[in-house]
Amino acid sequence: MTNHWVDIKNADLIIIMGGNAAEAHPCGFKWVTEAKAHRGAKLVVVDPRFNRSAAVSDYYAPIRPGTDIAFLGGVINYLLSNNKIHEEYVKHYTNAPYLVREDFSFNDGLFSGYDAEKRKYNRDTWDYALGKDGYVEIDETLQNPRCVYQLMKQHYARYTPETVSRVCGTPKEAFLKVAEMIGETSRPDKVMTILYALGWTQHTTGSQNIRTMAMIQLLLGNIGRVGGGVNALRGHSNVQGITDMNLVSGVMPGYLRMAADEEQDFQGFLSKRALKPLRPNQMSYWQNFPKFWVSLAKTFYGKAATKENDFSYHWFPKYDKPYDVLQMFERMHNGQMNGFICQGFNPLAAVPCLQKVSAALSKLKYLVVIDPLSTETAEFWRDHGELNSVDASKIQTEVFRLPANCFAEETGSYTNSGRVLQWHWSAADGPGDAKGDVEIIAGIFTRMRDMYRKEGGAFPEPILNLTWPYSIPDQPSPEELAREFSGKALADVTDPKDPTKVLAKAGEQLASFAHLRDDGSTSSGNWLYCGSWSQAGNLMARRETSDPSGLGFYPNWGFSWPANRRVLYNRANCDVSGKPWDPSRKTIAWDGSKWTGFDVPDMRPDAAPEEDVGPFIMHPDGVGHLFALKGMADGPFPEHYEPFETPLGVNPMHPKNPLVTSNPVSRLFAYDKAQLGKADKFPYVATTYRLTEHYHYWTKNVRINSILQPSQFIEMNEELAKEKGIAHGDTVKVTSNRGYIRAVAVVTKRLRPLDIDGKKVHTIGIPIHWGFIGVAKKGFLANRLTPFVGDATAHTPEFKAFLVNIEKV
Amino acid sequence: MALQSLDIKARSATTTQSPAARKTTEVAKLIDISKCIGCKACQAACMEWNDLRDDIGHNVGVYDNPHDLSDQSWTVMRFSEVEVEQGRLEWLIRKDGCMHCADPGCLKACPSPGAIVQYSNGIVDFHEENCIGCGYCITGCPFNIPRISKKDHKAYKCTLCSDRVGVGLEPACVKTCPTGAIVFGSKADMIHHAEGRITDLKERGYSNAALYDPKGVGGTHVMYVLQHGDKPELYANLPKDPGISPLVGLWKGVTKPLMNLGLGLAVFAGFFHYVTAGPKEVEEEEKTD
Repeated sequence: MTNHWVDIKNADLIIIMGGNAAEAHPCGFKWVTEAKAHRGAKLVVVDPRFNRSAAVSDYYAPIRPGTDIAFLGGVINYLLSNNKIHEEYVKHYTNAPYLVREDFSFNDGLFSGYDAEKRKYNRDTWDYALGKDGYVEIDETLQNPRCVYQLMKQHYARYTPETVSRVCGTPKEAFLKVAEMIGETSRPDKVMTILYALGWTQHTTGSQNIRTMAMIQLLLGNIGRVGGGVNALRGHSNVQGITDMNLVSGVMPGYLRMAADEEQDFQGFLSKRALKPLRPNQMSYWQNFPKFWVSLAKTFYGKAATKENDFSYHWFPKYDKPYDVLQMFERMHNGQMNGFICQGFNPLAAVPCLQKVSAALSKLKYLVVIDPLSTETAEFWRDHGELNSVDASKIQTEVFRLPANCFAEETGSYTNSGRVLQWHWSAADGPGDAKGDVEIIAGIFTRMRDMYRKEGGAFPEPILNLTWPYSIPDQPSPEELAREFSGKALADVTDPKDPTKVLAKAGEQLASFAHLRDDGSTSSGNWLYCGSWSQAGNLMARRETSDPSGLGFYPNWGFSWPANRRVLYNRANCDVSGKPWDPSRKTIAWDGSKWTGFDVPDMRPDAAPEEDVGPFIMHPDGVGHLFALKGMADGPFPEHYEPFETPLGVNPMHPKNPLVTSNPVSRLFAYDKAQLGKADKFPYVATTYRLTEHYHYWTKNVRINSILQPSQFIEMNEELAKEKGIAHGDTVKVTSNRGYIRAVAVVTKRLRPLDIDGKKVHTIGIPIHWGFIGVAKKGFLANRLTPFVGDATAHTPEFKAFLVNIEKV
Repeated sequence: MALQSLDIKARSATTTQSPAARKTTEVAKLIDISKCIGCKACQAACMEWNDLRDDIGHNVGVYDNPHDLSDQSWTVMRFSEVEVEQGRLEWLIRKDGCMHCADPGCLKACPSPGAIVQYSNGIVDFHEENCIGCGYCITGCPFNIPRISKKDHKAYKCTLCSDRVGVGLEPACVKTCPTGAIVFGSKADMIHHAEGRITDLKERGYSNAALYDPKGVGGTHVMYVLQHGDKPELYANLPKDPGISPLVGLWKGVTKPLMNLGLGLAVFAGFFHYVTAGPKEVEEEEKTD
């Protein structure tokens, strides 16, 4: 979240799209009801299903799964055509006035630089036109045809209300009603927030779904604002934490981009990431990358990381390609990976296409499952009849199960969706032989290190030199780890402006990432978390409920990264002169000599408004990106592409170009391409989702949850049910080109047939929570149906839109 | 059960005067259906606080699970898909359970002394140790709430967490509700809170939003805020104008004296049997069981 949970209460309009907050985040949803009750806020839900969030909404609009970009592109067109943008914000805080290279182009669904054979773009042309001074050229009148504003206007002019309705199936009036409500928040005194989750990410256009909304929020001037922002609701109490720590294979903790194979030169690696400003006076905060990276390396290798050995740069892995879960299981399936440590993860249920995952696991030599519960993955080799039909005698994988503690049996920090780190204390000891995850991993490490010591190895240095300063090496304590990721001074750290002033003495915990150095005198395991355990102690454990702002910032509750800042980009909560756009929702303001207020300024504290330092300090140009430059794999402007299994067979935006029916750069392995189904045999759209009564595949082990939602079902609309002779409670078989499930049919008005380009499209809803382990009624893993293809940029699997058939059994 | 007998205002099938010296505040639970997301946290909390575990059932084609109230499920969510306006779907989710009527039909109908009591704070509670399992409370209830256990043949229903309320806590469902759709306090405060909610709903276009506190049962200590106050039947057949079944009136008016006569005759016959045949001997085997 750019903002935080409590801040939802400050919104005037709340959009839930690509998520179902009431269903999946019922506790956080309380802030939506607060906004409605105390601000008179309106709630709008756009979703394929009339869901639990829609049940308490002011307005609901249906949409076909996988067409969010068409809908949101239509909103952009509406805002630009009806002048419903926050003009001052757009001119000063976004790259709308910036000029783009002459050779950048977009033709019939493809951006310049496409290589059809490699299914990749050469992104060189997706860049600004630079002047002789090295800065971007701009046109403040927004009239130059090569400025971002004009290119964007031209790009989205095709997304008319009629086109939106034709592609999404949303009735035109419903679309216009939503667009109008969104447009109202372009006023400086109105703010909209957007809550999304896996309903946006789990598409082959997932990252661009989110980007399209980010563009809308920039056009409306709603980013950096109290009650605004772009807010991802994370599915687990610490998913934000694991993301910050390096969930994605291409980044190190704190989103430090990893080195690629060809980057063998340390200085070249650093300078490529320490982005120079593209406009005068900009902070371009990634210029500090070397400080963050060297401090991270010092945490890994301590004294062994020296200036002479490039701070151990050559001991860190370099990537040849992304190692996301799809890539991982593709390699396993191809026999290129023969051991797998599976920690807190149930891939048989959670990585698409169960058949492929099962075959891949069967090729392993060993599988280690670390989990508090028995999982389907741990039992993938066991025959469970029709629910998991395998011949155990033909599977040679050796499976080790290491019982782990569950969350309530561990002490440590959680980082919630709103970036707030909160310390928690174990409530009980784990049962039997269960151990904490840290202890298990530490035990594996120390034994591995012993083997390297005794037996040597191909490349022992990265293992043997690893700093392991914990008082009990097999059992690092949560406190030791927290102090380590926050960071400390290894030598005295002094103020660059006044070297006699010592900011931190050697050995002291650091107060802020501003004190990190690139000379090896500091260590920090994650620069974003720096200061969470300072000399003042464990700030994550704070529980003070004072709120001077009255806006729900609670600055002394836990620790919010970065720097305990509660709203990111909060400079943009003020106009160009430094006054809040809306005085009733003030965070920070310019007081004549510095930025001050209720939140930690996301700005150099003494940067006077006249200096024109942009609010988006992580960008080298200081502004929000309507044009994404080279950041996305599939284009600087989001474009609608069909899901890989499309009910239409063509992209209605580009019916004559088969290259762009679906995302032209999503990676598709040959095996999985052959598994894709077509609409002639599988005429219905399917989408998977979660229910409030359950949490993924865990709570089917819990009696109360199982009482509340005991057995597997699917949802379908009344018209299709009638056509197929299916009644409430009948058992149906749902089949994709990869497999089938059987479940009870819930026939509902909450799903409705949509008119897509003159064709009637029905959606089948598939809740995911059942499997062959647990106390709930046994069921089929929904994963038997899903396609093995993911987003072009993040590779998140397309669980939200694929094709099935349905029949009564 | 946790409340002192001093706070008992009425008892079933009892003619002696209830203690009247002490007065407690009349309480109420207010369920704002416009804020309810149907998460069933209230059902889970009810199970946990009251140590109840229903069977793991099966889906019958709707979200409602368990599918009905039972001796183990004292509250359930009932989901209704309605189109009040043409083309505008609404999913109305009502937490169903005892309404704790001011004029409780169950208590009136109950023939077993002290099996159903009403506290001066308004809570209607079943004292199962006195329950004879006759099921008259079901006939007497205009909301179809009590359920007879198949295990012990006694009637069960929501206690409004009288054991929590008696020590100054809110009911478990109220404490757990994540959206504040269920609130608890004095009945006067709850009516006041509801007025604010109704104003908000009217501003959002629900011109018939209203409080459900039906007069036919003397008002209730569980009340609803309804978006469509004129059509309570939309909410899984919530009765529009609930009242106590005339059968119960009949039982109180004419039938009861007749029954009492019958009961008297039975006692007399029993006594006659005792003096002529002696006390019933308990078999040796039964004793050792």
